[in-house]
Amino acid sequence: MTDITPDKQTPRAESPLREAWGMFLRNHAAVAALVVLVLICFTAVLGPWLYPTDPFEMVWAPFSPPGDNGFLLGTDYLGRDLLAMIINGARVSLLIGLAAALVSIFIGVTVGALAGFYRGWVEEVLMRITEFFQVLPTLLFSMVLVALFGASLPMITFAIGVVSWTAVARITRAEFLRIRELEFVMASRASGVPNAKLMFGVILPNALPPIIVQSALMVGSAILFEAGLSFLGLTDPNVVSWGQIIGSNRQYILDASYTVTLPGLAIFITVLAISLVGDGLNDALNPKLRQR
Amino acid sequence: MNVLRTFLVRAGYAVVLLTAVLVLNFSLMHLAPGDVADTISQSMGGADQELLDQIRADYGLDQPFLVQLGRYVGGVLQADLGFSFFYNEPVTKLILERLPATLLLVFSAQILALIVGVVLGVISAQKPNGIASYLVTFTALFGYSAPVFWTGILLLIAFSLQIPIFPVAGMRDVTVDGNFWVEAADIARHLVLPMITLASVFLALYSRLARASMMEVLGSDYVRTAKAKGLSPREVVYKHALKNAVSPVITLAGLQFSAVISGAVLVEAVFSWPGLGTLAFQSIIARDTPTILGILFFSALVVIVGNLLTDLALRLVDPRVGGRK
Repeated sequence: MTDITPDKQTPRAESPLREAWGMFLRNHAAVAALVVLVLICFTAVLGPWLYPTDPFEMVWAPFSPPGDNGFLLGTDYLGRDLLAMIINGARVSLLIGLAAALVSIFIGVTVGALAGFYRGWVEEVLMRITEFFQVLPTLLFSMVLVALFGASLPMITFAIGVVSWTAVARITRAEFLRIRELEFVMASRASGVPNAKLMFGVILPNALPPIIVQSALMVGSAILFEAGLSFLGLTDPNVVSWGQIIGSNRQYILDASYTVTLPGLAIFITVLAISLVGDGLNDALNPKLRQR
Repeated sequence: MNVLRTFLVRAGYAVVLLTAVLVLNFSLMHLAPGDVADTISQSMGGADQELLDQIRADYGLDQPFLVQLGRYVGGVLQADLGFSFFYNEPVTKLILERLPATLLLVFSAQILALIVGVVLGVISAQKPNGIASYLVTFTALFGYSAPVFWTGILLLIAFSLQIPIFPVAGMRDVTVDGNFWVEAADIARHLVLPMITLASVFLALYSRLARASMMEVLGSDYVRTAKAKGLSPREVVYKHALKNAVSPVITLAGLQFSAVISGAVLVEAVFSWPGLGTLAFQSIIARDTPTILGILFFSALVVIVGNLLTDLALRLVDPRVGGRK
């Protein structure tokens, strides 16, 4: 853990980051998942150049099965190339997943840090607000936001982020409550470090490991969330996303079940990879937990 | 007496939360571009400014924000959530018609996930390398990573289309008409796939926690004492350890109600289950704001009631809970 000052006498003292990376490498499933994840990101960034078919263009008759007529994954109900759609969909799914997770981490860490640091009425008010957001059914609330204020990508990102921060807030608060009583924090406080620096410069870095693990999981659930919204049709009609491919093709599962199963598989593999990497991070960053 | 007081405090808190949902609802409606007058004029194919003003005055939209808010909250107190211009019915009536279907789906899925999750968790805690243990790991990974609507469609393809055992959509068959039991059996047949789909997500959470908590309990002193007394392993697990191992799982289940309802929206969409989720979906497409906000209010109500029920269940299982404030 980083709150122990490195022992100057030991010559081979490894940096905490290197140590964590070594721990991560020992988890083979997590390493494999990381490789898959890098490949998916690579596809999302470079795919549209390497496979330049327009995902909106009708390229063949509808429902050409995978492998036939030169289309690896076949065509959908409008005769669009499913492979091109999945490649382009990766962009939106990953982008919104990451951005929404960032929004919710930002809100959650701020709320949790303030509540755990100031205690008293600040904590009371913030935790009541957190409970309030836990009572709202998340998906319904985002559906309402997107429906009322328009289905643009920034609005969707905001709608996902604003309902998913409660877990981060609770974890951050718990860590702050624990760390604020430790001696090095007391020492900084006694030497007159201002509150803002105490919160984000002294306590937060030490509270990071569980927050990082939770953040990794948040990206996964934000991707699932976005898929759910776009499955219901609450998405920007000018972009392709995985959930939206499933939603628009699902009436045709009798004719072409692959138009639904394949994009779903893409979501499944991506989120599975993220959660395995999250498990690996958990092992690497919380060595104490690993023994359980 | 003490129990009654705790209950009253919690009920009062629930009322405060619901009021907050109402205020949020109303503010959202207010902030959103377009109002009732626009909706009505659109459905009439346009209206001039005079008519728009007339409509706004009729519906009290020209009043200050706080007055309108007071009217809305007052209306809700009288079970009046407004009027749906799309369905031409009061929102409360619309919602109450759909609510039973959602409640049936949500609670049956929760109970199924809890029972199967605890059973899997308990079995796998006793044999960490057994089949049940791998099953827990597998369901945990699948349940967390697979989008619930995709799981539903896969089950639909497998068990309604390829092997037609279960119906494709809906909650009841119009041709089935008989006594209560015949109709109940019909609904149960329709319920199987949506219930399993929704339960799969939460089964993942519960089985993992049940396993961890059972393992912890099995390592505790009182279990060792029970073993030392010469009780059979079965008695130790099911009479002594189970109750303590189950209470964290129930606590978690209580926290999941809002997630279960969110999942239910998607599952309902896949199986055309005639509940609140389907209604929400249709009214969002129709831009029927009063109905959407009414659903948000009612689903928050379901979450709060679910939390209270969880609390009750926890008290039944674990008498220590009543003691702590």
